[in-house]
Amino acid sequence: MSSPRRSAVLSGAHFMDGNHAACEGAIAAGANFAAGYPITPSTEIVERFASRAPLVGATFLQMEDELASSIAILGAAWGGAKAFTVTSGPGFSLMMEHIGFAAMTETPCVFVNVQRGGPSTGLPTLPAQADMMQARWGSHGDYEIIALCPNSPQECFNLMIDAFNFSEQYRNPVLLMMDESVGHMTEKVVIPPADQIDIIPRRYTSKAPSEYLPFKPASDDVPEMARVGEGYHFHVTGLTHDEHGYPSMEWQTQEALVGRLVGKIRAHADDLTRTEEKQLEDAEIVLVAYGISSRVALWALQKAREEGLRVGLLRPIVVWPFPEKRIRELAQRVKAFVVVELNYGQMVREVERAAAGRARTILVPHAGGAVHPPESIVKVLREVGS
Amino acid sequence: MSVMVPFNPVEPFLRSERMPHIWCSGCGIGTTVNCFARALAESKLPLDKVAIVSGIGCTGRVAGYLNLDSFHTTHGRAIPFATGLKLANPELTVVVYSGDGDLIAIGGNHFIHAARRNVDIKVICINNFIYGMTGGQVAPTTPVGATATTAPYGCFERPFNLPYLAESSGAVYVARWTAYHVRYIAHSMAEALRKKGFSFIEILAPCPTLYQRRNKLGDGLETMRYYKQHSVIRHGANTRDLNLDFQGEITLGKFVDIERPTLQQTMGQRFRQVLRERYAG
Amino acid sequence: MPAATTGVKARKFRGEVFITEDRCKECGFCIEFCPPKVLEFSKEFNRHGYHPPILVNEAGCTGCDLCGLYCPDFAIYGLRVPVESPAATASAAGVSPLGNDASGVERVRQGGGI
Repeated sequence: MSSPRRSAVLSGAHFMDGNHAACEGAIAAGANFAAGYPITPSTEIVERFASRAPLVGATFLQMEDELASSIAILGAAWGGAKAFTVTSGPGFSLMMEHIGFAAMTETPCVFVNVQRGGPSTGLPTLPAQADMMQARWGSHGDYEIIALCPNSPQECFNLMIDAFNFSEQYRNPVLLMMDESVGHMTEKVVIPPADQIDIIPRRYTSKAPSEYLPFKPASDDVPEMARVGEGYHFHVTGLTHDEHGYPSMEWQTQEALVGRLVGKIRAHADDLTRTEEKQLEDAEIVLVAYGISSRVALWALQKAREEGLRVGLLRPIVVWPFPEKRIRELAQRVKAFVVVELNYGQMVREVERAAAGRARTILVPHAGGAVHPPESIVKVLREVGS
Repeated sequence: MSVMVPFNPVEPFLRSERMPHIWCSGCGIGTTVNCFARALAESKLPLDKVAIVSGIGCTGRVAGYLNLDSFHTTHGRAIPFATGLKLANPELTVVVYSGDGDLIAIGGNHFIHAARRNVDIKVICINNFIYGMTGGQVAPTTPVGATATTAPYGCFERPFNLPYLAESSGAVYVARWTAYHVRYIAHSMAEALRKKGFSFIEILAPCPTLYQRRNKLGDGLETMRYYKQHSVIRHGANTRDLNLDFQGEITLGKFVDIERPTLQQTMGQRFRQVLRERYAG
Repeated sequence: MPAATTGVKARKFRGEVFITEDRCKECGFCIEFCPPKVLEFSKEFNRHGYHPPILVNEAGCTGCDLCGLYCPDFAIYGLRVPVESPAATASAAGVSPLGNDASGVERVRQGGGI
């Protein structure tokens, strides 16, 4: 662990929106490179970074498109930078190939998606949470992803730091899945002193070039990186590769590589799981919600409790890997899960899969463009509870 | 203890354990890599500080054969990857080595923007007029009239004139050679390696398996003979006049060699000017 | 080419070529573009079924290394060595930094002449 540069961190209490807080989180995490392409409702993050970068020793480049942004950060990461890009729906679709490339090449990096209504151009200025499965499965081939969902500006700051730390620890792309409401919501954000922020540094090898294999994993299935320009002469490819990093078109190499890429995250799913839980002790009905929807769900929970319904809330903060163990445990004793999300049924599938028929799973869908009317959730809770 | 043995002077620049490479007999890519190794030697750059970035395709495999820090990236995106690499690590000499389809079709937007910004990278484009690795499809460089698997009745689209595209987009160094002109290639590459800014070298090279064979133009060797007989070197020629016709005359040379501040220089100047002591760059 | 026997214009260097036969793919570039035309296709096959070049005119080789520059397969190179020196040890290029077998030295066929 190390700490960021004191001069870069705006320690203190602020009144700022989620987008600005996410930018400050990146700077506090030590991000010194960002590339982006303007897209509503995410742009304030890179606008702020463009203004802050030259003051904190970082670089920002507005690229010609999202394809360029999403690979410029990977080039920068291999150049030694801590790098991120920011986008929303259509841009996120364009970035998919490079999320896969980052997973395949085990490049630490952070992608931020401030979700808006879709499909296609959809609702540029209004919220949705309909990219959650794209976050998990959007790039082709088998891989695992880490994705976090903040529900407040404070958490945009906090989770941005976690996103960078996870990306370094697991050498994996990490997604910060915000939504328009959280991105544009202004609240109090407390930025701690720099020395209270823990930063996981890049896992550079201490081996000599002659002893170093770029893709030979350490004990936790994650290989150490070599510094570019230091004589390691390593090779990085999106092709299936062996421990040297050289292409190999053998099924055995594919099995070993993909097995490890998937395994290094799955094996640490418990370490990665992070949830917020409210009133689950006696709950018969568990609301499952994340991001902005969790705040509406919390209002519904309180309303339902007033009516005597035994309702609790489970908020996945790390959404991928999905906290399926926790859902499985709860499914043993609760009556139902009520999933509130701004889409027509995405994470509900995960809840249903983990509950495996032991508890009912009900979706409260919403196509986005607004948050759920709280009453629509309470209505479902009443039906389930009766 | 080493024994004194003669060795191929390009060997230190190669990943010898990966030979033989994947390129067909008579393919020109290997010849250009040979020239590149000699250019690296001539440039006297410390090899540890030279990084190579390729996209996808036959030429995209160059990165994997060079004994440098090397990156085989996604299709068309070598240039933006190289841009990030260079900005994050300015002491590197970053070379993009890729094919015409990769750099100019799918990657065309990045090409013009990197030239516009004058990113300090060296772009070597092996132009074989065709998509080689996928089986000989038409490219934005295919001459009118040449056939390809997806242009079975002949190409009817005007191809890009790459030196003109590079110059008009802002490149500070622009040259074109053929795989026959090995000493010129090596010299030009060495010049580009020393040059600050977006440098572009187009090298025409035979794809005997998919371009020459399909167009009944013989093998790689016959193509090299063609290059020898039908090329004219006109240094400083107006890039506007460098269109390539099907089996027409080929104009070669160094067309552009100018000075212009690089992206990093203009960025630094701007921030210093506006932010003064607040600039932390 | 007259041999340098008069002492008036004695050549200080002689040429040698080294061929890593198994890398060769028989493109013919080296043979075609050799200025003194000292190379031909071998009648023998290499491991992959190609005919690598052989030096047929040892005296004619100037060691200009144009064959080496043209070779797309890194299978041949030429050296210009001082006439006094034994070929293998006076290599202008020196010792392979990649070790003794890096360039397939065992498989290298060597030839040359004044």
